[in-house]
Parts: sequence; structure tokens; C-alpha cells
Amino acid sequence: MTQKLVIIGNGMAPGRMLEHLFEQAPGLYDVTIFNAEPRVNYDRIMLSPVLSGEKTFEDIIIHGDGWYIENNVTLYKGHRIVDINRNARTVTSDHGVTESYDKLVIATGSVPFIIPVPGKDLPGVITYRDLDDVDAMLLAAQSREKAIVIGGGLLGLEAAAGLALRGMDVTVLHVMPTLMERQLDPAAGYLLQKAVEERGIKVLTKANTKRIIGTDRVEGIELDNGTIIPATLVVMAVGIRPNAGLAKDAGLAVNRGIVVDAGMQTSDGDILAVGECAEVDGMVYGLVAPLYEMARVAAAHLAGDTKPAFVHSDTPTKLKVTGINLFSLGDFADGDDREEIVLRDATAGIYKRVVIKDNRIIGTVLYGETSDGAWFNDLKKKGTDISAMRDTLIFGQSFQGGAPLDPMAAVAALPDDAEICGCNGVCKGKITSTITVKGLTTLDGVRAHTKASASCGSCTGLVEQLMSLTLGDAYNPAAVTPMCTCTELGHDDVRRLIKAKGLKSIPAVMQELEWKTSCGCAKCRPALNYYLVCDWPDEYADDYQSRYINERVHANIQKDGTYSVVPRMWGGVTNSAELRAIADVVDKFEIPMVKVTGGQRIDLLGIEKEDLPAVWADLGKAGFISGQAYAKGLRTVKTCVGSDWCRFGTQDSTGLGIRIEKFMWGSWTPAKLKLAVSGCPRNCAEATCKDIGVICVDSGFEIHFAGAAGLDIKGTDVLGLVKTEDEALEHIVALTQMYREQARYLERIYKWAKRIGHDEIRRQIMEDSEKRRAYYERFVFSQKFAQVDPWSERVSGKDKHEFKPMATVGFHQAAE
Amino acid sequence: MDHNWIAIGHIDDIPVRGARCVKTPDGKIAVFRTAENEVFAIEDQCPHKGGPLSQGIVHGRAVTCPLHNFVISLESGQALGADEGEVRTIPVRNIDGQLSIALRAAALVAAE
Ligand code: SRM
Ligand SMILES: Cc1cc2nc3c(=O)[nH]c(=O)nc-3n(C[C@H](O)[C@H](O)[C@H](O)COP(=O)(O)OP(=O)(O)OC[C@H]3O[C@@H](n4cnc5c(N)ncnc54)[C@H](O)[C@@H]3O)c2cc1C
Ligand code: SF4
Ligand code: FES
Repeated sequence: MTQKLVIIGNGMAPGRMLEHLFEQAPGLYDVTIFNAEPRVNYDRIMLSPVLSGEKTFEDIIIHGDGWYIENNVTLYKGHRIVDINRNARTVTSDHGVTESYDKLVIATGSVPFIIPVPGKDLPGVITYRDLDDVDAMLLAAQSREKAIVIGGGLLGLEAAAGLALRGMDVTVLHVMPTLMERQLDPAAGYLLQKAVEERGIKVLTKANTKRIIGTDRVEGIELDNGTIIPATLVVMAVGIRPNAGLAKDAGLAVNRGIVVDAGMQTSDGDILAVGECAEVDGMVYGLVAPLYEMARVAAAHLAGDTKPAFVHSDTPTKLKVTGINLFSLGDFADGDDREEIVLRDATAGIYKRVVIKDNRIIGTVLYGETSDGAWFNDLKKKGTDISAMRDTLIFGQSFQGGAPLDPMAAVAALPDDAEICGCNGVCKGKITSTITVKGLTTLDGVRAHTKASASCGSCTGLVEQLMSLTLGDAYNPAAVTPMCTCTELGHDDVRRLIKAKGLKSIPAVMQELEWKTSCGCAKCRPALNYYLVCDWPDEYADDYQSRYINERVHANIQKDGTYSVVPRMWGGVTNSAELRAIADVVDKFEIPMVKVTGGQRIDLLGIEKEDLPAVWADLGKAGFISGQAYAKGLRTVKTCVGSDWCRFGTQDSTGLGIRIEKFMWGSWTPAKLKLAVSGCPRNCAEATCKDIGVICVDSGFEIHFAGAAGLDIKGTDVLGLVKTEDEALEHIVALTQMYREQARYLERIYKWAKRIGHDEIRRQIMEDSEKRRAYYERFVFSQKFAQVDPWSERVSGKDKHEFKPMATVGFHQAAE
Repeated sequence: MDHNWIAIGHIDDIPVRGARCVKTPDGKIAVFRTAENEVFAIEDQCPHKGGPLSQGIVHGRAVTCPLHNFVISLESGQALGADEGEVRTIPVRNIDGQLSIALRAAALVAAE
């Protein structure tokens, strides 16, 4: 019979434990999780990149909602367990849900420590532990005002760097004389302080907070020495405490953390504890590597294998602030029984120190240049006797054995059991053999199969070097293709940084992102213009000089320099009045060619540029607006006759198509966007090769996406089935907005979808109704500024200069 | 050289990083204004397939042809990068923003 496994807390440790458990003993347990945080399991380590804008929350999700469904796990989001009844073997949440268990796992993590000073409860004082804290910081950062971070450790510095990148004026208060004193010696701490200050962050050491000032919300901080520092945000990052209160109330043995044995068993035989809340052999942990080890052990025990036992190991510390390299491992305190070897290079900002006891490394601090970290870690772990290489040890691995080697050779020289990924405890041999056995060629593949580089990402470089070694030329490191020769940055980086740094004009982007040319080129400027239009619809002033000619003059340029004009015919439907107006315009301006397009409307070709406003004026009188046949934007919505006429029609495909086109016209998109609605699966509107298509069926509307019928031919995939027209519209609009916000310029939906994954798109649009609604609303907001007919604007005089020569020099004048 | 300066208008008639054209008996001339407010004039005909350069995107001291993306130097009239070709440049005079271009007297006479 399946047993009931209940887990309290849905953090990184139990998430990993379940992965092991489902692999080892699928179906053994019926799993229920209660999580106080209202969300799925995500990579908490990566909150700092989310804060700084280098990643989004979606990027750091470990198990999406689909994972819980697939594995039959019931997840209570936003339920805090308030009681464990060991006699009845039940747990009860603050929303009153009670669940019984055969086995219980407590994984409540840690709680941030709050220094007990007056004012600590004022609004505006927050800690740094979960996504809600990040959201609170981002909200505060919008003000661009002053922030204080209390605590100059790992978390505090990452928070400070993120807030500074978001435009806040940040001061770090640290009670000790140097930063990160638990991981760095004073010399490295000093270099770190300099690097932090170079980022515009003020650092005050030996700063003891006396009280937090403010009446309704925080206004500043007073230090012991009377100094007052104003601030609108105070982040406390002074340490964490194992979250063991619940276990204590239940009568379990609790010391600093919940006491467990090497098999992760608490003092109750049916209850295990894993993660930061657990205390093994007198130790509690705050980095994921040992927690993942706990997860592995706990999973084995749950699966019935009681052999695996937890063993302590030191985990190196790294700081995830872009541009600061530091590595710290083990014990580096001075002592009579210890020797140290130090290397300094002041100009290069490099500092290295190795602490040795009995000819064995017990601690390492590297600052500025950390590539030998893995090697030192390996020597320490194995307890290698270093006497033979003592003289050159500090120069690192490449120096041993004579001639300096390149970094690649250094990686090649690492033994197979050298640890590459500290977070996940993956060694070199596992990576290289998995690459070979599974035929992996991409970094994502290696991450998926080995977990290496899948947590904090600081070993990505090493993993890539291993891939190059194993695959040779077949591996082309994930070098980002720059947007163009004006920058080193790729499209994704630029998009992210525009948002992160709040850049709202092309010159601002070029300045802040260090463009190499003075005003860009014909490749980057239209892309930047689109990104800015998309991200700041209400604030950005569209730069016409950065638009391709067609979008600048709202017509399609032809090979002879004349233009073509395509008015909108909603859903491909027209009438005699419209056709008459077109006929009149054709006669009046002697338009040489009239053609029915592949997009169900009429194209007037061969019009002189000077005549465009007059042509539009006449078309406008008949109610026509621009069909945007030239736009990286919504082009056409093709329809078939549908249930109004067709004997097979199941729904009003024509009506829905017109409704969608009226809703979405005018929007700019990364590449052109074409839609179609067919009234039944016979698909006469060819909806299954469009960017987005709808196939009407008896039970509703099947939404399709990611088709193409241009340079590539690709049938669509199904996004999902919805019941009503309203839902169809909301889903289509949300999908479009997601695409608008994420794709690279000129990337059609099918290419974007291939890059980020069809399942991910389905998850966000079909399953996550909140997210869908938010996309939808952002689209609606931006339409307020986009739905202005460009033709009538120009008929009323906008951009007059475009349609007239600057001067006409006659024979008479010229000959003068 | 025998220059025949002809007034064509004011620099502000041209958008920054943009162009206007001037029709002359000697063909269409594209007059460009760069981000730095320099003014250049070249023949409005791409050396590739005759595309109207005045309709291109202006960047630095160059313009990208709207038809097939040749990049043409506004200073020299040469195609830049891997492409080959050249258009005629026309002297421009800028006095307090009042622009004039010099037309080839010979061509004008011939056209007459
Ligand atoms: C007019 C039209 C052909 C016609 O006479 O029917 C047409 C004309 C052009 N197409 Fe198209 N396409 C037209 C329907 C299509 C279709 C059919 C459709 O929409 O159902 C397709 C295939 C479907 C698709 O897009 O996947 C199509 C795939 C392309 C492509 C390939 C795009 C791709 O991503 O692979 C290009 C090239 C490009 O955009 O870079 C292109 C580019 C062009 C351009 C804009 C070429 C250019 O850059 O100058 C042509 C402009 C002519 C003009 O000035 O009007 N046209 N083009 C059709 C206008 C539709 C409309 O009413 O807006
Ligand atoms: C900003 C930041 C950066 C970090 N950087 C690194 C790094 O670079 N390297 C590294 O190794 N580690 C890093 N860490 C530490 C790492 O994230 C943690 O060690 C790890 O997440 C702990 O996992 P856990 O499963 O024990 O607890 P958590 O991931 O904290 O999960 C505990 C969960 O339990 C929930 N919970 C608590 N009480 C209850 C209850 N009564 N009922 C229901 N649910 C409850 C909480 O809401 C929480 O979601 C970082 C942490 C932070 C905050
Ligand atoms: S297929 Fe499209 S791009 Fe090609 S010639 Fe015809 S209209 Fe032009
Ligand atoms: S006509 Fe200018 S690039 Fe082809």
C-alpha cells in the first residue's frame, strides 16, 4: 500500500530529496507538501540575480506547477503548518487543513535574524530571504532613494549590489572591521570593500546600529556613535537561525537546529528533518551543498535503504556579484601550528592565501583570480601532502610541473574525482562521462543530466571548459552572439538591462551599456527602438530615425523606390462602398497595379511617395486605416466564412477574427505577427501555419501557435482548448504580450518558442491564470498608446517633411 | 572648380540622423544630417541596384540602403565593408544653418 509522506516546507532541500526519491522508489509514497511561501520550489540562491535584474523569477523556478502534477504531489501553497500532532500523526496548517502522515519530513529552512533594536518593526524594514523580500526591495527601489543594508556578509553585499544596480543610493553597515570576516581574512576583506565602493556603494565598518528612526515608516538609522543616516529602506541581512520552533513545540529534540542522526532521523522515528533547519553532529549549515547531501541521504532512508550516512564537508563560499571574484574555503585563522603562503599583486588586485597545517591545506582565500579554487579544494579534501610543491603551490595548478599551462590544460589536469560543481557535489568524471554517454552538446543538456552548474552557476566556466575538452570543436561555448558590431551584448542581455536599469531612450542605452559606436547602426537601432516602445509604452518617445523606411512612412518601399499601400480589411471582409473607394483612388492617382494579397486584402502598388498622404486621405474618408503590411507588428487576421455561412462551420470564425484584429491592430511586435481563425478543422483560413491560429471546434476554440509558412514551413502546435470567445481573446493577447516582452528583434514566434520551450509557454499562458491576466493587462495598457492610425496622423500633417522634397532646383535656377 | 552654389533650405528642415532629397536637373540628391549636425549630400541612388539612399537609416557618417543594406559612407560616397561601389558626393556649404549645394556647372549646362 502506498504510504503517506508529508513535507513541511518546499525549499531547495526537500525539492532535491523528492527528485532522488522519485527516481529510487517511484510510487512508494503519496506526497503532500505544505509551503508557507505561496509558490513552487525555486532556486533561492539566485534571488540576487533576480534583484539585480540579471534573471527573472521564471528563470529560477526549479519545479514548475507541471512537475507537481506529473509526480502526483499535492502542494498547498501559502499554507504554514502551525501544529504537529505526533500522537495522531497529523499536521495542521494555518488555513485549517489537517493531513495525516506515515512519514513526516520537516524542512522549514531558516529565519533571518532581526537585531532587537527600537524601530525594527517599522514598515520599510525588511529581511532578505524569499521572493517577497525581493519584490519589496524592487518596489522600494523605484523611488531611487536611499537604502541601508545592515550586514556586510554574503547576503548583505548581494542585496546592496542589486539595489545599487536598481538605482538606489546604498550604504552598507557592518559591525566588524572588515567585510565578510567569516569567510575572508582582513586583506581580502579590504580588497572586497574597495570593489564594493567602486560600485558606488558606501561601506561603514565597525558600525553598530542603535535604533531605527521613523514614525509611520522608516526614515533612517542612528548608530552607536550618534551618526544619523537617512534611508527609506532598511534591509537586515545579519544572519540566519534554523527555523526549529515548530519541531520544538512538538517535543522533538532541538538544540541550535532540529537534532538528527546521520540518517536525517529526528528523535521521533517517523520524522526526518533536512535542510538549514537540521543539526547533524552539532553542525548547522547555510549553503546548499551539504543540504543536497542531506537530501540524498533522506531520500535513500525513505526509500528503505538505510546505509547512506551524512558526512560533513566544507563548502567553498563565492559571492554572486558580477565582476567580483572571491573564493573562500575552510579554516584560515592564524595559529601557532599553522603556516601560510601569501601572494599579492596590487595592480591586478589579486590576493591569494593558503593556510597549511602538517603539510596539508586547511584553508584557502582567493581574491581577484579564483580559477585555482577547485584545485585547492581538491587538495584539501584529499589531504594531499604538499611539501613537494610548497614553493610554487600559491601560483596554482598550472605552475606545478614547470611551464605554465593554459587554463584549459589546468582543467584537463584535474583528476576525475575533482569536484567541479560545489553546490551539487558533481565531480569532473561524472560530467565528462555523462557528456559522452548521453551525447550531450549543450550546457543546458549537461545541467539537466548532471545538475552541474544548475544552482548558483559560478562553475559554469569550468563546466564549459570540460565540454570543450570532451567534445573538441563540436562544442561551441555558449558565446552570446552580439546584437551587432556596436556592442558585445546579445539581444537578451540588452532587453534585460533596459528593464533592470530603467533605460528609457536610445542614447541612454548606448551610454549605459557602453556602445562602441556613437549612434549605433541600422541593425541595433531598430531593435533598441522596439525594445523601448515595448517596455515603456507610455514614456518612450518613438525614434522614427531608428525605424526602417517602411515603418517610418507607413508604406512598403518597392524596388523602383515607389510604395505600395495596403488598407486594413478587417478579417478579410469588405463591401461595395470600400471597393468603390479603392476603385476611385486607383483611377484618381493612376495606380498601376491592384492585387489581392496572400493576407486577404488589397494591395495598391507603384505609388509615388509624394502622393501617399493624398491617397491615404481618400482611403481614410471611406473608413480605411493602415493595414500595417509593412510593420514588425500585427499584420493580418485571416478568417474563413465560419458558422454564418459554411455548412461545416462550428463557430463564428469571421466574427472572432475581426474582433481579434480590432483588439490587436497597431501593436508593435518583435517580428511580423500573422493570425488566422478557421471555422472547423478543415482549416480554410490556413490557421495552422500562422504565428497564432485558432481552429474552432464544437466544444470551443483550439488555440495554435508557432507556425510559419515563409522561409521555413512549420505546422503549429496546440497551445490549448478554451470554451469561449472571451477566453480565446485573452489567451491570444497574453501569448502575444509574452512574445513581445521576451523575443529578440526580428525573431518570429516559432523561433522564440523553440528557444524558450513550448511547455514553458503553455505553463505560463494556459496554467497560470494570474500570469496570463498580467500579460493581458500589460498589452491592453500599451494599446492605449499604439492604436493611433498612422495614415490619418500623416494626412493631418505629421512628418510632412517625409513626403516632400527639400527643394526642387529648376533648370532656370540652376543655370543662373 | 567651377562651383555653382544653390540654396536648398535650412539645416532644421532635415531631421537629425535623417535625410531629405533635392530634385535637380542632374538627378535626385540626398542631403543628410548626422547626429553631430554635419551635413552631407550624395546622389540618391545606391550603387547596387539604384535604391533611394535618402530613405535609409543614418548612423555615424554613413547610411544603410533601404533595399539590400549596402552601407554607404556619406563623406566619400564609397560602399563600406565587403561591398563595392561608389556614389557621387556633392559639396555642401553650411552658413549659420543655411544650406547650399554645388552643382556641376557642366552638367547643368548640358541639361539645359
Ligand atoms: C503583398 C504580399 C504578397 C501578395 O501579393 O500576396 C507580400 C509581400 C511581401 N512579403 Fe510576404 N507578402 C504577403 C504575404 C505573405 C505570406 C502569406 C500570409 O501572410 O498568409 C507569407 C507566408 C506566411 C508567413 O509569414 O509565415 C509571407 C512571407 C514573407 C516572408 C518570409 C517571412 C519569414 O519569416 O520566413 C518575407 C521576408 C521577410 O519578412 O523578411 C516576406 C516579405 C514580403 C515583402 C515585405 C518583401 C519586402 O521586404 O519588400 C513583400 C512586400 C511587397 C509589398 O510591398 O507589398 N513575406 N508573405 C502579401 C501581403 C499580405 C498582407 O496582406 O499583408
Ligand atoms: C539571497 C540568498 C542567496 C544565497 N546564496 C547562496 C549561495 O550562493 N550558495 C549557497 O550554497 N547557498 C546560498 N544561499 C542559501 C540557500 O539558499 C539555502 O541554504 C537553501 O535555500 C536552504 O534550503 P532549505 O530547503 O533548507 O530551506 P528554504 O529553501 O529556506 O525553504 C524553507 C521553506 O519552508 C517554508 N516554511 C517555513 N516554515 C514553514 C511552516 N511552518 N510550514 C510550511 N512551510 C514553512 C518557508 O516558507 C520556505 O519556503 C542563499 C540564500 C539566500 C536567501
Ligand atoms: S514571394 Fe513575397 S517576397 Fe518574394 S517576390 Fe513574392 S512578394 Fe516578394
Ligand atoms: S539597391 Fe541599395 S543595397 Fe541594393
